[in-house]
Amino acid sequence: MNYLTTISTLDPALIRKEFPVLQQKVNGRDLVYLDNAATTQKPMRVIRALTDYYNGYNANIHRGIHTLAEKATHAFEQTRETVRSFIHAQLVEEIVFVRGVTEAVNLVAATYGLAFVEEGDEIIISNLEHHSNIVPWQWVCEKKKAKLLVIPLNDVGEIDMNKFKKLLSDRTKIVAVNHASNSLGTINPVKEITRLAHSKGAVALIDGAQAGAHIAIDVADIDCDFYCLSAHKMYGPTGVGILYGRKSILEKMPPYQGGGEMIREVTYKKTTYNDLPYKFEAGTPNIADVIAFRGAMEFILELGKENITAHERKLLSYASRKVGALPLVTLIGRASEKVGVLSFVIENIHPFDIGQMLDARGIAVRTGHHCTQPLMACLGINGTVRASFAVYNTEAEVDALVESLKRIIKFLNSSHVN
Amino acid sequence: MSIKSAQDEIIAEVSTLNGDIEKILFYIISLGSVLPVMPKAFRIDNNLIQGCHSKVWLVATAKSDRVSFYADSDTAISKGLISLLLRVFNGQTADEIIKADIYFNQKNQLERYIGTKRSNGFAAMIERIKQIVRPPDPPTP
Repeated sequence: MNYLTTISTLDPALIRKEFPVLQQKVNGRDLVYLDNAATTQKPMRVIRALTDYYNGYNANIHRGIHTLAEKATHAFEQTRETVRSFIHAQLVEEIVFVRGVTEAVNLVAATYGLAFVEEGDEIIISNLEHHSNIVPWQWVCEKKKAKLLVIPLNDVGEIDMNKFKKLLSDRTKIVAVNHASNSLGTINPVKEITRLAHSKGAVALIDGAQAGAHIAIDVADIDCDFYCLSAHKMYGPTGVGILYGRKSILEKMPPYQGGGEMIREVTYKKTTYNDLPYKFEAGTPNIADVIAFRGAMEFILELGKENITAHERKLLSYASRKVGALPLVTLIGRASEKVGVLSFVIENIHPFDIGQMLDARGIAVRTGHHCTQPLMACLGINGTVRASFAVYNTEAEVDALVESLKRIIKFLNSSHVN
Repeated sequence: MSIKSAQDEIIAEVSTLNGDIEKILFYIISLGSVLPVMPKAFRIDNNLIQGCHSKVWLVATAKSDRVSFYADSDTAISKGLISLLLRVFNGQTADEIIKADIYFNQKNQLERYIGTKRSNGFAAMIERIKQIVRPPDPPTP
């Protein structure tokens, strides 16, 4: 399928045909889905892959020798190879399947963190982090009596690199930051952050949840030690994610969960563990969704990451201009490099009210703290309205958002509420 | 006006909006905007209703056997929802409030328009109103 109108311009009308969920009305109006940072919609090929699997070759993988088991195993491992290529990792055994970024970070914290962080050591995160990249490190610090340090932001919502350099020390063991912020959209200089972490002998973990569908990922170029992705945020199914880990580090890490698949031999006296990546994949995995995930990555590759980035950047610029021009609106997060996330507040109108009234007109956005409560506290707000874009969003949808916001502002100001 | 009459009035008003969700939300918000202002001193954590998605403060006062309420919220829709309940309950006796069967939300299918979270919050508001007017349990001998 050719989704391009010119060499480099995406055709959202063509793309939208691939997404059945978008062809519906909500509260009598065409659905305008602008909550892609929460989860993206799924193209037909991903949905079909799920039914094909369950209709055609459902079997447990890696253990059976019958035809269905072989077919399922092959499809499962094909996805692993696709992930390796997608993120430019060197080795397929560096790709571990998990449930999502949350599990990926918890895995690293519970294994690498607890094994190698000692009393007095330091773990550095940024003020942009999602709770999933805060709480597991808090637990490590509590258990090991280590310190959690937070890189502050500048006025536009970017990591303050000068302050980061001052936080780094010989006690820094782990630096964990997101590639792009789910609340503000800021794209972080992860290659430079990784280089600085390595200069102090620390490992770098990058949370790529908001990058997977939207910007280029090259773990070889970034040179990070861990990179985490969630399939459902990149047109794939829920319940699947990946942890990329540098082989030499994964080999040093103790297992995360015990059970089938991750063992080589079990006796009551002693158990030995399987090779990478299976050491970290205990139990029956989410086979169907891993297989279907490959279709999501192929979809992205067919469109071309650079085309996706350009399309979403254009939408973001258009939306920022139009929404930012509305009375009483303040845009939150004005970094020079952003993914397609637009957060804003409207004076005297609570984000929950805005979200609900947008929903009344078929427009889906996210409201609240977006699982970044410390960031919101630092910004002095209780939450924002967040519109987040994907390849199937259009300028007409941004216009619909703007028109609805105008109505809400007009009505709520004339009601003299709050 | 009785609890039943107040509810029937609300049902009649909402039915003129023909299920238009935006109009219903505007209606709810408009009602909330004319709630008497709650004294700042009452906007404390102890007066928050638990189980609401937004912050909703509620205080009850009594004059002879009639109960009056002050309420406020940090969101316009929740303020509107609590104002609907105050319209039903203000000026009633504690006994009438405790025994009241609240049916206007179901008759109007309110959950369709305000969603599950706020609907659960609405139920929490009713529960709190009834709880707050209940006389304290007598001391055990």
